[in-house]
Amino acid sequence: MNKANNKITKTSNAEFETAVAKQNSATYAFRLYITGMTPRSIQAIAKVRQLCEKHLAGRFELKVIDIYQQPALAKGEQIIATPTLIKELPLPLRKFIGDMSETEKFLVGVDLKSKDG
Amino acid sequence: MVKKKREVVVLEKCPTGIKGLDEITRGGLPQGRPTLVCGSAGCGKTLFAMEFLMRGAMQFGEPGVFMTFEETPEDLAKNFISLGFDLHDMESRGLIATDHVYIERTEIEETGAYDLEGLFIRLGSAIDAIKAKRVVLDTIEALFAGLSNAAIVRAELRRLFHWLKARGVTAIVTGESGDRLLTRYGLEEYVADCVILLDFRIDAQISTRRLRIIKYRGSSHGADEYPFLIDEGGFSILPITSLGLDYPVATERIATGVPKLDAMFDGKGFYRGSTVLVSGTAGTGKTSLAATFADAACRRGERCLYFAFEESPSQIVRNMGSIGLDLNRWVKKGLLRFHSARPSLYGLEMHLLTFHKLIEQFAPQVFVIDPISNLTAAGTAAEVKSILTRLIDYLKMKQISTFLTDLTHLQSGLERTSEEISSLIDTWILLRAIERNGERNRGLYVLKSRGMDHSNQIQEFVLTHQGIDLIDIYTGLGEVLTGSARVAQEAGERAAELACRREAERRLREQERKRKALETKIAALRAAFDEETEEVHLIADEERKRQAVHTESRLAMARFREGKPSEPPAKRVKKRGKGA
Repeated sequence: MNKANNKITKTSNAEFETAVAKQNSATYAFRLYITGMTPRSIQAIAKVRQLCEKHLAGRFELKVIDIYQQPALAKGEQIIATPTLIKELPLPLRKFIGDMSETEKFLVGVDLKSKDG
Repeated sequence: MVKKKREVVVLEKCPTGIKGLDEITRGGLPQGRPTLVCGSAGCGKTLFAMEFLMRGAMQFGEPGVFMTFEETPEDLAKNFISLGFDLHDMESRGLIATDHVYIERTEIEETGAYDLEGLFIRLGSAIDAIKAKRVVLDTIEALFAGLSNAAIVRAELRRLFHWLKARGVTAIVTGESGDRLLTRYGLEEYVADCVILLDFRIDAQISTRRLRIIKYRGSSHGADEYPFLIDEGGFSILPITSLGLDYPVATERIATGVPKLDAMFDGKGFYRGSTVLVSGTAGTGKTSLAATFADAACRRGERCLYFAFEESPSQIVRNMGSIGLDLNRWVKKGLLRFHSARPSLYGLEMHLLTFHKLIEQFAPQVFVIDPISNLTAAGTAAEVKSILTRLIDYLKMKQISTFLTDLTHLQSGLERTSEEISSLIDTWILLRAIERNGERNRGLYVLKSRGMDHSNQIQEFVLTHQGIDLIDIYTGLGEVLTGSARVAQEAGERAAELACRREAERRLREQERKRKALETKIAALRAAFDEETEEVHLIADEERKRQAVHTESRLAMARFREGKPSEPPAKRVKKRGKGA
C-alpha cells in the first residue's frame, strides 16, 4: 500500500484511478476450515458464500476444508476454533473464527467496509 | 457384594516417576483423569509437567503429548535439554509428540459462535499418532487471553476435560495462580479430581519451593506442604515426613573408636543405626570425636560419609593427623568420602537433597554431619528441626549410624540449645570445657543413651598424639578436678597420706618408749621394796635372837637369885625390847 502511495505523489490522477481499479478487481482467496457437516459448519459455508457473492462477485476463490478429513492441516495452520476462515489473498493474512453471523466484522476485516461503517 | 463394590471404586493411579511425589500421592496421579498443577510464575509448573511426560515415556513406557500454548517448540526443546532429555530424539522415536498452539488475539476476528473442535482434533491426532497415554496442556489458560468469548471457552474447556477423560489419558493441565482463585480463570472448577499447588517463596534471601496437594478426589494423600527442589536431575519432592516410625532396629553394637568411651556404654559402644549427638562449646573436641568415629568405621571396612560445614576436607585430614588419625588412607581406599559446603550456600531443602543424593550414591554405613548447628544459617530453628527429623528418619530407615555434632554457646547453656532435636537423638554425649586454676580442660559425659547401660561419670577428655583418651576424673573431697589440678591434688594427697603414716609410727614409738620407762620405774620401786623387806626381816631376826638371849640371861639370873622372880625386871626388859 505504501509503495502505491509513494507512487501517487509522483504520478498523475489517471494512474491513481487505474491503481484503485486494480485493487478493487484483486482476487480474494479464502480457506474455510470446518469440522464435518455440523449446523454451524453449514451456516458458516452458506454465509461466507453469500457475502462473497454479494461483495466480491467473480473475483474470489473459496476452499472449504474439513479438518476431520485432514487433521494434519489443523496443526500447520494453527487452527484451534472452528469454523475458521482464513483470508490468504490479498495480503495481509486474516483469520476469522465463528459462524459469520456478525457480518459487519467480516466485511470490515476484509476491507470491504471501513470501521466507521 | 460389598467387597466387590469396593474393588471397583479403587482409584487407579498413574506413577509420575517424580522423586517423592508418588509417595505423597500414594501411587501417582489419578489414572485417566486430568490433574491441575497451579502456581505463580516461575514456580516450576512447566518443568513438573515435562518431567511427568518424560518419566512416563522413559520409565513406564507411556508416550505423551505435550501441547504448549506459551513456548515455541525450540524453547521447549531447550527446557527438556536442561533436564537431560533430548526432545527431538524422543519425538523421532515416537515417545513424545509436541504441538505448539499459537493464539494471537489481534490476528483473530470473532464473527460469531464457534467451538474449539480444532484443538480437539489436533490433540486427538497427536494422541493417536504415538498412542499417547499422557497429555500435558501448558497452559490452557492462554485460550482465555487469546479468545474474547469467555463463555465459549469455558464451555469448551468443560467439554475438553470430559473428552480427555473419555480418551482415558492421564493429563496435566497447568494454570497460573490468580488473586483469589487458585488459577486466574478458575480452572479448578473444571479439573476437579486432583489439584496440586506449587509455591515459590523467598525467606531471608533463601528461596524455598513447596508443593501441596490441595485436593485428590477418591484418594488419601499427604496434606502437608512439601519442600521440593529443581536441579539438573529434575524435580525432587521430599516427603519424608510421611514416613512412619516403623523402621527396623539393630541390636548390633559398633565401637566408638575410643575404647574407654565404649566402656562407658556397657563396653560395647553405640547401636548400629542409632543417632549420636555430640554437643559442646567451641574447641571441646567434637570434630576429633567425630573423626575418630569415622576412622573406626573405616577400620571395620565400612563406608563413611562425612559432611563438613565448617572445614574443608583437606583441613580436616591435616588436623586429625595431629591426634594420630590418618584419614587420607581411607579417602584413597574409597571408604571415606567428605563433602564440604557452606550451610548458607543454598536452602535447607537443597542440603537435605544433597544428603539424600550422596547417601543414595555412596550407600554409607556411617554418616557424620559436623556440625548441624551451622544449618541454622540456612533456615530457622523450626525448619532445621523439620529437616533433621526427616533426615534422621531416613537414615534410620536405611540403618545408617549417624553422628552429629552440635556447637553450643556458653551463654545459652549446653542442654538447652539442642533441646529442639534431643528427642530425635538416641545417644547424647556432652563435651564441656572445665576452667579452673588458670587452665582449661575438657570433660565428657553421657547425657542419655537409649536402650543401654551407660556410665554416669564425667570423664576427662584428653587429646593426645595417639588419639583420644578418657581419664577418670578426680572426684575426692567433694571436688571435681581436672588437668594439672587433678595431678596436683593426687600428688598432694599421696604426700598427706605419707605424713599421716609417719605421725602414727612416731606416736607408736613414743608410747613404746613410755612403756619402757614405766617398766624401768616399776622395777626400781620393786627393788627398793625388796631391799626394805629384807632389812625388816634382818631386824626381826636380830630381835628374835636378842630376845632369846635375854630370856636365857633372865632365867640365869633367876636361877642365880633362887626363885625370887620379880615383876619390875621383866618390865624393864620389855621396855628395852620395844625401844630396839
